[in-house]
Amino acid sequence: MSARGAARLFSTDHKVIGLQYLFLSLIAVTTGMILSLLMRYHLAWPAGRLPFITGGIMTPEQYLALVTMHGTIMVFFVLTTAPQNAFGTYFLPLQIGAREMAFPVLNMLGFWLTSAAFIVLLAAFFVQGGAPISGWTAYPPLSGLGDITGPGEGMGQTLWIVSILIFCVASVISSINFIATTIEMRASGMKMMRMPLTVWAWFITSILILLSFSVLLAAGVLLLLDRSFGTSFFVPAGLVVTGQLQSHSGGSPLLWQHLFWFFGHPEVYIAILPGMGVTSQLLSNFSRKPVFGYPAMVVTLSAIGVLGFSVWGHHMFVSGMSPYSGFTFSVLTMSIAVPSAAKTFNWIGTLWGGKIQFRTPMLFALGFVSIFITGGLSGIFLAQPAVDNMLHATYFVVAHLHLVMGVAAIFGVFAATYYWFPKMFGRVMNETLGKLHFWLTFAGAYAIFVPMHFLGIAGGIRRYADDSGAAYLVGLQPLHAFMTVAAFCTAAVQLIFFWNFFASMKSGAPATPNPWDATTLEWAVPSPPPPDNFGSTKITVYRGPYEYSVPGAPADFIPQNLPPTTTGDGGFPA
Amino acid sequence: MRTKNRQTGSTLAAVLFALAILVLVAHVVIIFASRQYAAPAPITANAVDIDRQYRLTLWVIGILFVASQLALALAVFLFRDRGQRARFLPGNVAIEIVGATAAIIIFLGLGFMGRKAWAAVRYAGPPTGSVQIEVTEMQFQFVFRYPGPDGQFGRIDPALISAATGNPLGIDPNSPEGRDDIVTGTLAVPVNRPIELLIRSQDVIHSFFVRELRLQQDAVPGMVIPIHFTPDKIGNYAIVCTQLCGLGHSKMHAVLQVMSESDYENFLKQQAAAQ
Repeated sequence: MSARGAARLFSTDHKVIGLQYLFLSLIAVTTGMILSLLMRYHLAWPAGRLPFITGGIMTPEQYLALVTMHGTIMVFFVLTTAPQNAFGTYFLPLQIGAREMAFPVLNMLGFWLTSAAFIVLLAAFFVQGGAPISGWTAYPPLSGLGDITGPGEGMGQTLWIVSILIFCVASVISSINFIATTIEMRASGMKMMRMPLTVWAWFITSILILLSFSVLLAAGVLLLLDRSFGTSFFVPAGLVVTGQLQSHSGGSPLLWQHLFWFFGHPEVYIAILPGMGVTSQLLSNFSRKPVFGYPAMVVTLSAIGVLGFSVWGHHMFVSGMSPYSGFTFSVLTMSIAVPSAAKTFNWIGTLWGGKIQFRTPMLFALGFVSIFITGGLSGIFLAQPAVDNMLHATYFVVAHLHLVMGVAAIFGVFAATYYWFPKMFGRVMNETLGKLHFWLTFAGAYAIFVPMHFLGIAGGIRRYADDSGAAYLVGLQPLHAFMTVAAFCTAAVQLIFFWNFFASMKSGAPATPNPWDATTLEWAVPSPPPPDNFGSTKITVYRGPYEYSVPGAPADFIPQNLPPTTTGDGGFPA
Repeated sequence: MRTKNRQTGSTLAAVLFALAILVLVAHVVIIFASRQYAAPAPITANAVDIDRQYRLTLWVIGILFVASQLALALAVFLFRDRGQRARFLPGNVAIEIVGATAAIIIFLGLGFMGRKAWAAVRYAGPPTGSVQIEVTEMQFQFVFRYPGPDGQFGRIDPALISAATGNPLGIDPNSPEGRDDIVTGTLAVPVNRPIELLIRSQDVIHSFFVRELRLQQDAVPGMVIPIHFTPDKIGNYAIVCTQLCGLGHSKMHAVLQVMSESDYENFLKQQAAAQ
């Protein structure tokens, strides 16, 4: 490798690191998607022969290994990495008028640790026994006793834990960097209440990451100690596994669930808050209107962040936790619907009275709103312990979490990619291909996940390698087949995106500095921005982030850095 | 000319988006209205209560779903770019407060209404005179234990567990309460009598789920978790494991047989003779 290549690879420039995170998450999402297609094929046609599968026909343990790895890759290396680390690392400094992140070297370290974690995770496929079969939640004792509980629970599970520990360290480092940068590095005039909602979202998400990944880090260390050093944090006494009495004593399996979900539920918001920020910004930009209720948007982002830490018990209604706690968690969970509903209301309010331009990023932002509504509302069923009695562990939960946490967040990522592509690469993505990608993905995502709710209501149980065991499950096979066909079609459509992405990088039409007539500071620098962002130019911010169609102004947008005297009448409030 | 083209494109996209939303909403409403996919008929009074709460939630959420999706579609269609100037509407605090209050009433109200169906079986213990049966789960089967004529379960010692010698639960042979215990692979219960299950696990976490009971409970090693129900319909119902427990998870099933009092007595006699 040339010295210049190495310098770029180990760059401390936040823009280079942001792109590195983006490409890492593209590799991860492709891997995770292939795993899901293998699973979906097996669910529809259990006797079919498959590529990549030792022996050709999938065994239950191979299926469960795919369940574990798909979930882990998607949650950590896609839904945490792309919305927050890729776009946040690239655009947060630009949007607040900073030349760099507060800790550039830590920034680089975060990326390399994340990459190392990804490689360690993938290595689990290739060790004795294969990848772990305990799901992305890794409940002990299944995950706590070694390979006696099942294939993949030996070295595979150990690698899984090590990978998560490395990822936790990387995330905590990076979140501290985000928080310090947001607080300390803002340009003159960039008051907190002038920050774009994307910055607010990345800032609040960073606080969630700092508090939740620290707990997962501790829990992971304890699980590793239980497995490898004979401690008993999560493993109780008197267990007999395949006829052998285990030597552990005194641990609590529910303790892991509390620690895991104390991380796991905020993680849902870690995945979705950046998408909410992007959606707010794009709806405003392409409706040519200010965000409806900007202060309310800041308050609701913060409220979701705070409440997000008090609802983890809704994953544990039927776990053996006190039923009184169950009801308390239910009420707290219902209350998180209030800021979520307020956000939806404000998004529609932002569109209302606007002049909506249906560019590709806007279409994905609109899709985000629709999918967030659908995926969010089904949570109201699951938030009630009585109703959860019949829906827990069914495909209804899988449909809910995939729509609200997976598809909605991915729509946020697509919106961000199409929106900021001209800034990142200095070229424009093809609009026709972009729109085709949107329409087919929008229809495809609903075609996969709407029937999945019906499957869950009919009693289809998640994490079953096949449905041949109970008579009533066999009748649900046609739904599985339909969803599998929809999944393969939707996955194929993503090739349009990849083609558009890489072809436009190489030969897209050159981009102007501000192709969307937007107001925030990243559009005040050339596309792509120079290494030092604003260079020696002193950036001063004079106004809020979404001044579109201000009455009396000559243009229908006023950039944040435009001094009042140059807007024509000088009378706009700073 | 350029402006006109952009407006046409804008109308096409707006119409397509609104149509997509309409198809989605219509599809979801039709499927739910047809009740094509539903849980089987409930067999306890509590399951009936849970169904009522489920249907109430379905109505409330259904209305919110249809209303908010249509509002989105309408906004997209009405305010497509037709060359107009956007209105400068930075927000409205009064509307926000009214909306948030309405959301608090709807969501918290729904949550509190669902409390009864939960509390009835989870806060309150079983009625006196309940039939007590122990459910022990292990990779990858259910084992049921009846206390026998003395009404007491014998002592269990994990060190004595041995499926090969016919003692899968590790019942201590020196425990007098254990001598009349009945161990079975099927959960037989008398109809119209309150049943209390004591749920345990020998190895990893499993679960106990019967759809007709609308009752799901994890089996956690190290804990004995009681649940109770009163079945009112004779029949056979599938018991499934719903907590990922290892490679045999999807094959881990048993049967709940709800039978008449006399059939139940016969079942116990036969099983006692077979021990």
